Amino acid sequence: MISNHTPDGPVRTAVRPGGAGPDTPAGAGKPGAWLRSLNVGVLREVALLPVLVLLIVVGTVVSPAFLTVSNFAGIGQQSSALGVVVVGESLILLIGGMDLSLESTFGLAPMVAAWLIVPVSAYGNGANLSPYLGIVVLLAVGAVVGLVNGLLIVKGRLNGFIVTLGMTIVLAGLQNGIVKAQSLFNLPEPFSYLGAASISQVPVSLIVAVVIFVLVGLFLRYHRAGRAIYAVGGNPAAARAAGIKVERIKIGAYVAGSVLAAVGGLMESGRVSAVTGQQGYQEGIIFSVFAAAVIGGVSLKGGRGNMIGAASGVILLGIVQDILDLAQVSNYWIEAIDGTVILFALFLARIVGGESTAEER
Amino acid sequence: MAGVEKRFGTTRALRGVDLSLRSGQCLGLVGRNGAGKSTLVSILSGLAEPDAGTVRFDGQPAPRVGDIEGWREWIATVFQHSMIVPDLSVAENVFLGNTPRLLSWPRMRRRTREVMREWGLAIAPQTPCRDLSVEQRQVVEIVRALARGARCVILDEPTAALERQAAQRLFERVRQLTDSGVAVLYISHHLEEVFEICQDVVVLRDGEVVATAPTASLSRDDLVAVMVGDVEQTTAAHAPPPAPAGSGPAAGAPARDDSAPRGEVLLAVDGLASDAARGRLSGVSLRVHAGEVVGVTGLLSAGVATLGRAIAGAEGYAAGQVRLHGRPVPPGRRDVAQRAGIGYVPEDRRAEGFVAHLGVAENATMAITGQLSDRFGVLRPGRRTAAAAPVTSRLSLVSSGPGQPAGELSGGNQQKVTVARTLVHRPALIVAITPTRGVDVASKELLLGSLADAAASGRAGVLLCSDELSDLEICDRVIVLVRGEVFTEFSRPPFDRDELIVATEGLTGTTISAVYGSTEHNGAEEAAE
Repeated sequence: MISNHTPDGPVRTAVRPGGAGPDTPAGAGKPGAWLRSLNVGVLREVALLPVLVLLIVVGTVVSPAFLTVSNFAGIGQQSSALGVVVVGESLILLIGGMDLSLESTFGLAPMVAAWLIVPVSAYGNGANLSPYLGIVVLLAVGAVVGLVNGLLIVKGRLNGFIVTLGMTIVLAGLQNGIVKAQSLFNLPEPFSYLGAASISQVPVSLIVAVVIFVLVGLFLRYHRAGRAIYAVGGNPAAARAAGIKVERIKIGAYVAGSVLAAVGGLMESGRVSAVTGQQGYQEGIIFSVFAAAVIGGVSLKGGRGNMIGAASGVILLGIVQDILDLAQVSNYWIEAIDGTVILFALFLARIVGGESTAEER
Repeated sequence: MAGVEKRFGTTRALRGVDLSLRSGQCLGLVGRNGAGKSTLVSILSGLAEPDAGTVRFDGQPAPRVGDIEGWREWIATVFQHSMIVPDLSVAENVFLGNTPRLLSWPRMRRRTREVMREWGLAIAPQTPCRDLSVEQRQVVEIVRALARGARCVILDEPTAALERQAAQRLFERVRQLTDSGVAVLYISHHLEEVFEICQDVVVLRDGEVVATAPTASLSRDDLVAVMVGDVEQTTAAHAPPPAPAGSGPAAGAPARDDSAPRGEVLLAVDGLASDAARGRLSGVSLRVHAGEVVGVTGLLSAGVATLGRAIAGAEGYAAGQVRLHGRPVPPGRRDVAQRAGIGYVPEDRRAEGFVAHLGVAENATMAITGQLSDRFGVLRPGRRTAAAAPVTSRLSLVSSGPGQPAGELSGGNQQKVTVARTLVHRPALIVAITPTRGVDVASKELLLGSLADAAASGRAGVLLCSDELSDLEICDRVIVLVRGEVFTEFSRPPFDRDELIVATEGLTGTTISAVYGSTEHNGAEEAAE
């Protein structure tokens, strides 16, 4: 405890005798204060728990099929692709940026890979690449897109919103352009394994997504680059003054975000065993990505948020989607209800996790 | 107001404060950082609600909190940080939040002019506020207060960003206000100012009023003693700025032998030129030897801050070279400069000093994450806390724990976080720009002492400041910049305050009257009507 450290040097004694200096907050360092700060932290992280519990109750009432292992495995499989993209977007949001083009990378990266893998007869380009090399290509596409975004925004000092909006459309155009708007089916087993396979009812994609969430969460908490992400997002000028390589951290976040979007795209392609022209941009997944991140408490202003929050945002959206499916809500209405629930969840998350800091006042 | 209390969580910021302000009175409010001044101001401005106690104006209970309009009719506050919208004109800013539904531009301008004239001020109402100087912006804020009919004005550290002459003009205006019956609550760390313009002074300590007295009945030492508390009287007696800072036990400055030969040249700056907006530089060269603290001073526009930022790598420059240990430091590369061994205490702590929602320990150790983490880059929070503790406790930084977000601390403690961040990585050279701004007397000694300590251990410091000339007492020599060039150098302490002031004005004479007679800086009066 900094404040309660009793001074022993002559220098200190003259200024702040004992621990009871003039501006020592009463009770600082006592268990009470510690408990209180812990409480606030924990409360914020599980802010969505009551909402999730409520949704599970609603789901159970709506359909007897809701509370079953297979249903939850389904939710997990459907949400994992989105979840991985949310991790990527969260990294970018944390450094104080934003990337709309993740949804296009989500479609383009698997499209390029599949295009190089499948035979010409299935609209491939004839390279007949091994599926494993295809996955490497997929990751590379993500990295290149992220690098271009990062360089344009950080080095080129362009507005992130406009750059990634433009990039979104370019990438979506490429996605359709290279295969003349065809969908690619008959993906080889290694390529679709991640999205399609299950290990005794547990989807592989879910396991991988959970591992990614945990690893990135630990990275953000305990790795110096992770901490630098928070510093850069919280106050880039202060981070720079402290000798942090702000530009490198920012570009790194864009690259990592896009690579994760590509991995998410791979999961999605495996799940539907095809890469369609719609995947990503035309499905408009970026709305869900932002919604999940923000519901989970990742600040759009940067520097704030964590993986526990982001994960609960993803789970919440997944359960809402599932309940709407089970309740056999008419397709015409599903989007309106989906959107309303998301707005409501945002509102609720704001109240429960209500945050305010001195600088934002 | 009577018996006002305010708690923030477990912190009792105010404990039963009683305060009264008469019309025509200028009341000084002083206290150390964290004494509760800011809290009191926000309660008096109607921004925060007291947990107990009442505020009354003319015997009537104050409007409820949130009824900003209601409060503004009684009292207005000119904050440390400007509340002016730069893109709007003077007239719009004056009537900000007070415009009728359908506004008439000519009427708004006329009314602004009227209020200005009434109080002997003159700034053209249609001027965009971004074109105004800091001083003029303050005038606009004061006029805003008066335009609503408020007859009570709180000035919160009004001279913090003003040059001396501008501050003098501000004092004139304050006298003018009080002469016409306006009550002024004047908050300042500069006790000289309080003695100059306040009739009475209230001292806050630890959230309590510990003294209320006419300024005439107090000496400066008395006031400092009351502010810091009895135990510290010994320190305080040595503390008044004109006295050598090194003589007090709190300064932590070990006795240095002035006759000792200088160490090797640590920092070499050659022909530095910059077009920075905050102050141009044209061909500044200087040498800093190991074991010395070099002061650099000058007017705000003289390029003092620019020089500091350029040396620290916080901003680039047009020409010249900075070398540390004989090796060139690339311009504008803060990260490289830091690894080379240049520590940097920025001028604006809010902008560059800390990350508001990260913890105290994390902010303090931000520059040394490389040393704290293992070879995989994993950084254990415990090591962070352990590394921060010695420095934060040496600076007697007050927080509820190493995890408390830096943004929640009082201004002075935030400054300590900023300084701690630099001290923790033990740089060979510390570049500190106005490190004591907004810091109370005792903390000031600690901050300057830590700089002197660094020099005593064979490292070096560059202390740059433009207004707190008393800080320069710890320096071995002082360089004065005028219009971006080295004007003169005072090579041996003690430095005469008046001579320094004269030199910063670019004069070699010793008469001070010449300084105050000069009108080279355009003030509010000169702005076109």
